[in-house]
Amino acid sequence: MINKTYPSVAEAVADIPDGATVMVGGFGASGSPIELLHALIDHGASDLTVINNNTGNGEVGLAALIGNGQVKKMICSFPRSSQSRVFPKLYREGRIELEIVPQGTLAERIRSAGAGIPAFYTPTSVGTVLAENKEMREFDGRNYVLEPWLKADFALIKCEVADPLGNLTYNKTARNFSPLMCMAAKTTIVQTGKLVARGDIDPEHVVTPGIFVNRIVEVTDPVHEDTLIAAERSYP
Amino acid sequence: MSTGWTREQMAARAAQDIPDGSYVNLGIGIPELVTRFVPEGREFIYHTENGMLGMGPPPDDDARDLDLMNAGKKYVTALPGAAYFHHADSFSMIRGGHIDVCVLGTMQVAANGDIANWSTGAPDAVPAVGGAMDLVQGVKNIFVITQHTTRNGEPKLIDKCSYPVTGVGVVSRIFTDLAVVDITPDGFRIVELAPGVTFEEVQQKTGATILPPG
Repeated sequence: MINKTYPSVAEAVADIPDGATVMVGGFGASGSPIELLHALIDHGASDLTVINNNTGNGEVGLAALIGNGQVKKMICSFPRSSQSRVFPKLYREGRIELEIVPQGTLAERIRSAGAGIPAFYTPTSVGTVLAENKEMREFDGRNYVLEPWLKADFALIKCEVADPLGNLTYNKTARNFSPLMCMAAKTTIVQTGKLVARGDIDPEHVVTPGIFVNRIVEVTDPVHEDTLIAAERSYP
Repeated sequence: MSTGWTREQMAARAAQDIPDGSYVNLGIGIPELVTRFVPEGREFIYHTENGMLGMGPPPDDDARDLDLMNAGKKYVTALPGAAYFHHADSFSMIRGGHIDVCVLGTMQVAANGDIANWSTGAPDAVPAVGGAMDLVQGVKNIFVITQHTTRNGEPKLIDKCSYPVTGVGVVSRIFTDLAVVDITPDGFRIVELAPGVTFEEVQQKTGATILPPG
């Protein structure tokens, strides 16, 4: 019987090597896999390239991973927000690289990697600095820019309910990039608030089919980034 | 000289130009006020980039769900009939031309419809684009709500954007505190002046030729 469950977040991230490219699910605080991120901090892998819409908030989760010096490059659409301090400081000091990608292009580059499409044309960013030096082509009289797929070695994902096969459901807008990242990474590691038995998720309700998931760890009552920030917590 | 429309009046005026049944995406700031001024008898369905149609107003503090946010990362609610979806579907709605109206704030708009609202291009700035470039290319009608001038009195409606653009030739209509302005093949044209505001005042505060109503 296939069983993708792992006993702990520490064991689930233990083989992430230095220099890996890691996708991290979540949009701001919602959907951020805090326990997996903190396990990655404990694990200590460095020189990581991290793909996320943002760069984390406060001094927990993704911001803590960056603040701990483990990330050499961020690929994201919006690296600053009201609670984001760690990344902007390192960026201004020239201590971390940034690749800025429009949000819809970021999503589609990730989806394409998961779907086996090496590149696609999009109207987004045409005529802007973000399209400079990129291949252009006209379709039906309109210009489009070529954007490549975006792959990763690992994805760290938070979901609401999982079964041992890796079928997943999410909670509200915490879904965001996660189903795409599950497809695009060689090894997808999921923390689930609830692990249920095979057959307990209605097949009609599965959002991420288990074929895209490799490892599942049950983390009941996961902490939420906003709760940690409100409590002025930092990690480690 | 008059003070023109307030922020609320600008939002209310923009809401009047959104047809019943529209799927609408609202930017951060004054555009968010549009939800308060939906004309009677009309229904708009709000889209948020992070994966929901049918977004409702902010919840009471004790009723909020930490996993229910809008693209501005503020807590919101889901109205009956709402739908959640992932980011690739969300931006397919945008890029695929399924969203009818997007209302954005801006730093600058040019007379040919170019918009600059993502970066000042300053060397020490941390660039952050979010979904702005997708929205301006994909949504059928791009409306802009903005003060006519900056806090320092510099025009925001100008011949050519000096900041890096978000999109080229994409804006259709601008709602300022002084006037409603269309982008036409001949440049800016006033559709309507705020009460008490004169054409001469608007021209003086615009960094490009602006055509009178007509």
